[in-house]
Amino acid sequence: MGVLTHKSLSAQKHELSEVDRQLELLKQADLTPFQDKLSETDLFPLKALNVDVFQINVGKMCNQVCNHCHVDAGPDRKEIMTRETMQQCLDAIDKTTCSTVDLTGGAPEMNPDFRWFVEQLSAKGKKIIVRCNLTIIVANKKYNDLPEFFKKHKIEVASSLPYFTSAKTDAQRGDGVFDKSIKALKMLNEVGYGKEGTGLVLDLVYNPSGAFLPPDQLSLQADFKKKLKTRFDIVFNQLYAITNLPISRYLEYLVASENYEGYMNKLVEAYNPVAASNVMCRNTISIGWDGYIFDCDFNQMLDLKVAAKGQHLKDFDIESLVNRTIIVNQHCYGCTAGSGSSCGGTVA
Amino acid sequence: MKTYYDPDDLKKFGKIKDFQPELGEKFFDYYGSVFEEGALTAREKSLIALAVSHAVQCAYCIDAYTEDAMEKGCDEEQMMEAVHVAAAIKSGSTLVHSVQMMNKYKQLSM
Ligand code: SF4
Ligand code: SF4
Repeated sequence: MGVLTHKSLSAQKHELSEVDRQLELLKQADLTPFQDKLSETDLFPLKALNVDVFQINVGKMCNQVCNHCHVDAGPDRKEIMTRETMQQCLDAIDKTTCSTVDLTGGAPEMNPDFRWFVEQLSAKGKKIIVRCNLTIIVANKKYNDLPEFFKKHKIEVASSLPYFTSAKTDAQRGDGVFDKSIKALKMLNEVGYGKEGTGLVLDLVYNPSGAFLPPDQLSLQADFKKKLKTRFDIVFNQLYAITNLPISRYLEYLVASENYEGYMNKLVEAYNPVAASNVMCRNTISIGWDGYIFDCDFNQMLDLKVAAKGQHLKDFDIESLVNRTIIVNQHCYGCTAGSGSSCGGTVA
Repeated sequence: MKTYYDPDDLKKFGKIKDFQPELGEKFFDYYGSVFEEGALTAREKSLIALAVSHAVQCAYCIDAYTEDAMEKGCDEEQMMEAVHVAAAIKSGSTLVHSVQMMNKYKQLSM
């Protein structure tokens, strides 16, 4: 079991905070190249289908330092999106027919322009998802009204909760996180989130607290619903069971706990071509805090920019993005294992 | 062969078919069907398997079903309770046989 360090890999100057070192390690593993797996079912080169979702990472700053974080986020990370870059996002969105804007981080709410950005997006009538880590709502008085703010803009809230007990949750996300998360969930429920008939969506995101694959999404959802209701009187809409991808802090955990090889083998063995044909990057683009464009948030963290004409928002070229070939690597096995994994849960 | 148990041997379980394909095939078909979702959920079956693994003290099975139970969404408390069920039945079955010992004792005693 891991020990939480309270510092990002970057602040520790850990070798795995460097993208090249991560890519090198992923290459070293003696595994079938991901592109060869794709070729078996004629999926290579993997092509985008459309750009329906804009996933925007508004910064790496976070009030938590979770063990598995693929962003290497934390209070010591200062990289956040400026209002100017947000404006570039808004201009780019106008050039597309995308239906959904998915805001992530870090803790996106810590960006000082977060509310301004949401207001602009809301005015465009897009579906807005915020990946809220829950504890931010109770971290400071100035965030206590977030549930009301979310409600005002009909934001869909997607929140991580690795388990319905404190031991597993705190082991992954930090001491006391479970209790604070429960408090925040109650506040969201109070304004109507997760309740039938309100139209206010509260989804939970499960990811394994360790080197194993996620359980069946529906059966886990039933369990979460029952336990959260009876123990805490909490309700929510859907549970997404997602797989941890071997990058950044989760990669560091795998190596340090001597689980790296076993976990990679498991991902490769569980490769599912149906999941591969439905990977989220085929209908998503991911924008970094500095305005660069990627196929997904994972590629963003590995600094693998899109293979399209405009790699930055200032040169945004929707035609080229829709027709792009997706950059794949060994970490992609995390999206194609078993029932597959995306920011919206399973895909197969 | 340096040790009797090698964790890597677990991955070779399927190879038992090399020496007797037909029976091996039948066994794996049966095995697969047993663990499918049925009147019992796949998770319940995984916990039973974990408990039985301890009762039969099979290192391979403990390895496999610890991981399987985690991947079925069980936590450490549930898993340890399952092992206690196995332990209770094992100790209970030992102790209940002492009734036979007592019967025999009484029969042989004045
Ligand atoms: S996983 Fe989410 S909440 Fe945890 S450190 Fe990373 S960004 Fe923050
Ligand atoms: S890691 Fe990113 S690029 Fe690779 S399959 Fe998953 S979503 Fe696509």
